Amino acid sequence: MRCDVVVVGAGPGGSMAAKTAAEKGLRVVLMEKRQEIGDPVRCAEGVSKARLSSMIKPDPKWIAAEVRGARLYAPDGSSIVMSEDKSGDEVGYVLERKIFDRALAMEAARAGAKVMVKTRALDLLKVDGSVRGVRAMRYGEIIDIEADVVIGADGVESKVGRWAGIDTSLKPGDIEVCAQFLLYDKSIDDEYCEFFLGNELAPGGYVWSFPKGENLANVGLGVIGSRSEPGAPVKLLRRFVERRMPEARIVEMVVGGVPVSGPIERTIADGVLLVGDAARQSDPITGGGILNAMQAGIMAGEVVADAVSSGDTSVEGLMVYEKRWRESIGKQISRHLDLKEFFIKLSDEDLNNLMHSIQSEDVSKMDLRGMLRVLIRLNPKMLWELRHLVM
Amino acid sequence: MITVNRYVCGYCGACVGVCPVCALELVETWIEVSDGCIECGRCVKLCPTGALSLEEAQR
Repeated sequence: MRCDVVVVGAGPGGSMAAKTAAEKGLRVVLMEKRQEIGDPVRCAEGVSKARLSSMIKPDPKWIAAEVRGARLYAPDGSSIVMSEDKSGDEVGYVLERKIFDRALAMEAARAGAKVMVKTRALDLLKVDGSVRGVRAMRYGEIIDIEADVVIGADGVESKVGRWAGIDTSLKPGDIEVCAQFLLYDKSIDDEYCEFFLGNELAPGGYVWSFPKGENLANVGLGVIGSRSEPGAPVKLLRRFVERRMPEARIVEMVVGGVPVSGPIERTIADGVLLVGDAARQSDPITGGGILNAMQAGIMAGEVVADAVSSGDTSVEGLMVYEKRWRESIGKQISRHLDLKEFFIKLSDEDLNNLMHSIQSEDVSKMDLRGMLRVLIRLNPKMLWELRHLVM
Repeated sequence: MITVNRYVCGYCGACVGVCPVCALELVETWIEVSDGCIECGRCVKLCPTGALSLEEAQR
């Protein structure tokens, strides 16, 4: 089989890349190793309304809930509230990823991409050292798909980059290991996302609750890998739920790893681009990855279309992608990496003090950056090394 | 060698992402371990469900 570009992985990043490239007239194959796109979910499903809407028209079919804001709790229980329109970069819609991911793959299919499920990439095809497609296993049979470019959108467990000589392996401090329950409990507030901080609750991470309507919510947590131990996320989550909502009915359990390494050295090679979690483009502070992946996917699709039509799919031909994503989403990812490196070192006492310092301020109209600015003003000594982030 | 307790594994692929030598693979609902495994134990430590173990007896 022969095409212009093969996209490995039909998550939000891969599907947007495939859709964009197909709309530009390329022959596109979008392969997904699972037999069902979007399932099992490995995600808390929260996204910003405004950013999502700039890339795709919101459809009630895949929106589980809309939230009004977020509540942030310090270890001692003190809290602040952020309103949706300002904390909107972090919350807004809670999606139904099983439907959302399939809808995006369908957009790619409607644009002309050939979607292949139960098709797992085994290796890159190479001719004289340069990438010429993907060897894959489809329905148990080995097939070769020749292409000028391979887009690796193969998630946290990405292999495409490694096969192309890009070391994407995550060190323990570069990954948040997570567990999540979809649960029903009367205490769930359908209108607010909640975040709980604390080294006892979730070392180097946080506990989240993202409502999905009618007292249903994704309640989960992440632990920084360097401070985790075998099975810790599931154990800690069970403890949290047993203590805070002993009557909860758990109807689904998922686990996963979220890259929090910040930007990696490079995300392109001759004939290869990486997108989304595979490119470690998830946000190191929030762990959010959907929108960055979609935005990177669109950029990748556009750059690949130009590269294929100009006949230069080498590193030089793909360099525009590297530049474009670093100048857009990359800046925020870098800033948030610095924030994460600082915040995972804080003790519970530090976190409590920070929360108390800001409680008397009106933060309801601030975004994360505005809040940080106030925090630095109120705690100049403690947060001195973060001042460059708000300049 | 690394063994995977399939009754515990949540097939999330975190172990695959942290493997320094690309010795693991997530196939639908199970993890495959290849001969390239160097028994560093990183995947064992990071598994969210605690499904992986490094069998001492066979080292």
